[in-house]
Amino acid sequence: MHVTIPYVVAAALFGLGVHGVIRRRNAILVLMAVELMLNAVNLILVTADVAVRSALVGVPGEAWANPNSQAGSGGVFALFVIVLAAAEVGVGLAIVLQYYRMRKAVAIDEVPLADEVQE
Amino acid sequence: MTVADVLMIALGAVAVGSGTLVVTSAHLVRSGLYLVVSLGATAGLYLVLGAELVAWVQVLVYVGAVVVLLLFAVMLTRAPIGASAGLDRPAGPSALIGAGVGFGLAALFADAFRWIEYPRADPGTAERIGGEIFGTWVLPFEVLSILLLSALVGAIVLSRPDIGARRAPEQTPEEADEEVPA
Repeated sequence: MHVTIPYVVAAALFGLGVHGVIRRRNAILVLMAVELMLNAVNLILVTADVAVRSALVGVPGEAWANPNSQAGSGGVFALFVIVLAAAEVGVGLAIVLQYYRMRKAVAIDEVPLADEVQE
Repeated sequence: MTVADVLMIALGAVAVGSGTLVVTSAHLVRSGLYLVVSLGATAGLYLVLGAELVAWVQVLVYVGAVVVLLLFAVMLTRAPIGASAGLDRPAGPSALIGAGVGFGLAALFADAFRWIEYPRADPGTAERIGGEIFGTWVLPFEVLSILLLSALVGAIVLSRPDIGARRAPEQTPEEADEEVPA
């Protein structure tokens, strides 16, 4: 298999995520674009697992983890990133909902800064 | 071109196409549903790449939990069902930056890996991933569980009005003073 294909797909997904984060005004849509970016990173990790493992046949893994380790843990890191994304979206949506309860709006470029709050 | 290549190209096209719709659609709910398609196609890519457990965790956590949470938030903020106006800033700068990042990374990867044929990965069983998590990466795993717990507690504290949250219109003078940097 040619690993260039998933790498290029991941790069395109990351670019789309950046585009969405900058362009969207709705906070929930910004969170969706962040999910796209995290997903692209996951794809890169899993693909690197495939590409690097075939180059590392016979190479011992991390020294601190002998004899239990193998070279190439991209899948494990992808799982960690998925868990981090779940935590991030939980806290992010709590903030968005609390802000909506206070101001009845979710447009992120209308968030007042500290000195405007006082008026 | 092997079967795996054709599958990866097809799934990648679906993922990128629906990803484009996620960041351009004018309907909030449709945006979330296109996100399901994009994440599902990525899960298919993981399957082709041999990371079976990651694919199913992706379906469970991302498609099952995260997207449902996002759609809940869309509905709790009383988003209109139809197309909403004023959802986007002007597209020029963001398209420039996004295309720059995407094409730059793609050129980097294409230059680094060229068109080299790699051997097909052995289907990664859950046993191997489990051995790695609870052998090599057990400390990050435990730290991650603490982080998840603190994120949960933080989300609960944030969304309960009776602990910690301040209501903006009825600020006491002391609180207002605290917020303004000297």
